[in-house]
Amino acid sequence: MASQSEVIDRLRATFRSGVTFPEPFRMTQLQNLLSLVEENEQLIQDALHKDLHKPKFESVLSEIQITLNDLYFAMENLRTWMQPEYNIGKNLATRMDDCFIRREPLGVVLIIGAWNYPLHLILLPLVAAIAAGNCAILKPSEICQATEQLLAELIPKYLSQDCYAVLCGGAEDTKSLLKNKFDHIFYTGSQVVARSILLAAAPHLTPVTLELGGKSPCFIYGHIDIHKAAKRLCWSKFFNTGQSCVAPDYVLCTTQTRDALLPALRETLRTFYGPDPGASLDMGRIVTPRHWRRLMDMLEKSKGKVVIGGESREEDRYIAPTVLVDVQESDALMQEEIFGPILPILTIESLEEGIDYINRQEKPLALYVFSDETSVVTTVLNNTSSGGFCGNDGIVHMALPGLPFGGVGASGMGSYHGRWGFETFSHRRGCMNRSWLLERVNVLRYPPYSDYNLGWLRWATTFKKNSWGGCSVM
Amino acid sequence: MEKQAVQRAREAFLAGRSRPLEFRVQQLKSLQRMITDRQGEIATALKQDINRSQYDTPLFELIGLENEISLAVSKLAQWAAPRPVERNLLTISDQAYIQPEPLGVVLIIGAWNYPWALTLQPLVGAIAAGNAAVVKPSELSEYSASLLKALLPRYLDQELYPVVCGGVSETQELLRQRFDHVFYTGNSTVGKLVMEAAARHLTPVTLELGGKSPCYIDKDVDLRVACRRITWGKFVNCGQTCIAPDYILCEPSIQNRVVEGIRQTLLEFYGPDPKSSPDYGRIINQRHFNRLMTLLEGYTATVGGQSDSSQRYIAPTVVKDVPPQARLMQEEIFGPLLPIVTVSDIDDAIHFINEREKPLALYVFSSNKKVIKRMLAETTSGGVTVNDVIMHYTLNSLPFGGVGQSGTGRYHGKHTFDQFSHHRACLVKSLGMEEVHMVRYPPQNHQKVRRVRLAMRTPLVDFSKGTYIWAVTASIVALGLLIALTVILILAAGVNCTCL
Repeated sequence: MASQSEVIDRLRATFRSGVTFPEPFRMTQLQNLLSLVEENEQLIQDALHKDLHKPKFESVLSEIQITLNDLYFAMENLRTWMQPEYNIGKNLATRMDDCFIRREPLGVVLIIGAWNYPLHLILLPLVAAIAAGNCAILKPSEICQATEQLLAELIPKYLSQDCYAVLCGGAEDTKSLLKNKFDHIFYTGSQVVARSILLAAAPHLTPVTLELGGKSPCFIYGHIDIHKAAKRLCWSKFFNTGQSCVAPDYVLCTTQTRDALLPALRETLRTFYGPDPGASLDMGRIVTPRHWRRLMDMLEKSKGKVVIGGESREEDRYIAPTVLVDVQESDALMQEEIFGPILPILTIESLEEGIDYINRQEKPLALYVFSDETSVVTTVLNNTSSGGFCGNDGIVHMALPGLPFGGVGASGMGSYHGRWGFETFSHRRGCMNRSWLLERVNVLRYPPYSDYNLGWLRWATTFKKNSWGGCSVM
Repeated sequence: MEKQAVQRAREAFLAGRSRPLEFRVQQLKSLQRMITDRQGEIATALKQDINRSQYDTPLFELIGLENEISLAVSKLAQWAAPRPVERNLLTISDQAYIQPEPLGVVLIIGAWNYPWALTLQPLVGAIAAGNAAVVKPSELSEYSASLLKALLPRYLDQELYPVVCGGVSETQELLRQRFDHVFYTGNSTVGKLVMEAAARHLTPVTLELGGKSPCYIDKDVDLRVACRRITWGKFVNCGQTCIAPDYILCEPSIQNRVVEGIRQTLLEFYGPDPKSSPDYGRIINQRHFNRLMTLLEGYTATVGGQSDSSQRYIAPTVVKDVPPQARLMQEEIFGPLLPIVTVSDIDDAIHFINEREKPLALYVFSSNKKVIKRMLAETTSGGVTVNDVIMHYTLNSLPFGGVGQSGTGRYHGKHTFDQFSHHRACLVKSLGMEEVHMVRYPPQNHQKVRRVRLAMRTPLVDFSKGTYIWAVTASIVALGLLIALTVILILAAGVNCTCL
């Protein structure tokens, strides 16, 4: 069994040989990854069910299909992404020159996965890393053991073993892994661990992408079809049993809206999961006893009133879709990201009150507004900040590969999905290929200096309003 | 004191003052006025700091800055506008776009070698992106730092853009505060400390560092022009430029001609005694002067080598046949010493470069397209200029930044605006088309799964080979059928016409 440094050294040697650079190689690896997912769908579903009690629908939609889509997208666009970018504004001085931006691989990157979507949260960054021409070390979450084992078994079978490796292990193993130098670290998980990752990266000056979380607020305000809103809210909240980094964490609405919302929620939950969600095949479970305990503690300490759900079962880590009202800012449920099937409703008197509340907290990963009124949506958008935003729905903004997916402030730094992932794992190298001509013009910049030369230079290089760009010195 | 400046900036930001586009433009125009009105004082400060010649100031610091401001003022509305993205079937009737937003309060730590350009160019982007910014100029260029501290509050909003001066302890105090982005220009040792300090607050950083920027000269090249361009880039600001060509790589057969070319050019530029030329600079301080003199120990200069400690003057110096393990080759020189290391060929040169840390800039002089292509494809660096030096810095549509040890992030032009913005992904849907959305709700079954898979596909149109072949075949068949139908109709019409 090779040690961590041996694996990293082997990957680094492979990278140095340049084998991951050419387009056919990257395409082949992406194609192989596609086969890995397509040929092992059942095994993947089984592993996810074992780890998270994930319903088949969720596995297909949020793990398999999203990975396949990203792969199709990358393969279709790889050639375009790899092209040097020539459409660069030039000016008088550089008219005869070739100016372009190259996208270059970084080297050996480290991708640390998470447990809530153990497949796509590690494979989507891998797609981007491969497309960008890097070698990659994958460190899947040890909490989802079946998926971890499956990845450790399948990745070497389908992908080049000299370029991509899976290293398994717990917290201690990750800590020692981080002592090594990487050319980029991509981490999905919690803020606490994120800090230690940044501190480990600093001595190596390694750039880092952090996909974290936070409490994603959900406004329901103004004129709205409460039944449709309730459906979409329930779907996004209780998908994966609430264990999504972009799940709507809590609701902000007026008392009237709340009173209309509650029966709509009850009705929707009944339609979705039947009278007993614990018996529904479409309802998941909490990932580990420890996480279940954390959620139960929060629920017990909460001073809010449970109006829907509240049932739980320790043996299979079940918590019913639960809704609470009369929750205050100081409540136990409002101190940290919930990450479970518990939905507190906070009542506000006005939109401004809600916006003020949100701005007092850390910037969230996602922010939601349900409203028919454009002015409400615009007001919230203009007066808050968040990683991403979705109006009149939840979660789905992350399924569009054209949109960058990432946080801001405490919810993370950097982004990925589609082309954004490719850019994350590339270095954008600015290149200027000067022509040998115009040396007589170049003379203007050389010493001995003079006012005369300076005058001409200034004229030639000052930015003109309608030109593409500026060039400071000839 | 540092804490209060940051606190006030944050309060000013939260009040929303820095966000309206008109305000940002007004501040940028004011900054422009500051540079135009105070050029004389800026030139004087630079002369006192680093003996910068009166021409180098506009050339290297101010023209670039003015261009950045003009560009930002002219393009701001475009940069700050929502940027639409491609949609899929499920989102076809929705608005999907990326909205650039201010980050909040950013910290800009400047450098001493181009104290105005390297401190104010990031500020232009920070203001354009709608942030508040705490500006910390380098204490090593003390005249410029005090001048900036005196001038900036007279032209810009004092609370939103405070200038904090001081040394190591003041900088450390600043770094203990929480910022939404830290932009640092300097060396990698301090860069690591900045990143570490930022890590505690999960603050993203841009680090513009340095390294040893190699300059490869191919055999078949017009050495006269090449040497002139290299000499210019190397000895401007007395070699104290992060993207100065640090060392030369060339084959032994052309080494002497390279030396001659540089010697000739130096005579043209600075005359026989550079010390008395008004266009030649000085080393920033005694510590750096001593550092540079130590690097030269044990080596005989082929050109130059003279020095005068009282003036912190070091003559433009070239050293031939430098071995790779020499001290001159272990750290970034950042001074007017130019080592030449011989390599056997392009393979050797590429190997030499790749054995070392990724540099901030890479230069290659060649008339051979293949050589240039190989250099670009087989090495990496922050940026590249081919057949010249430094110039890629001057085109603000090119991203300027390092990779690996030479830095992280990029700026110039729109890139600065983007660096200081959060790109918020926005999807604004309606509650309509609910029938389409029904497929994703529980309870679930096979059909729903299939429909959702279809609706999620992007791009909307299938460009795969299989579909293409199918489409072409179908078109041919359809065309064939159409022709057949037309013929039949004509024949039928013909039959009719020939009847009595």
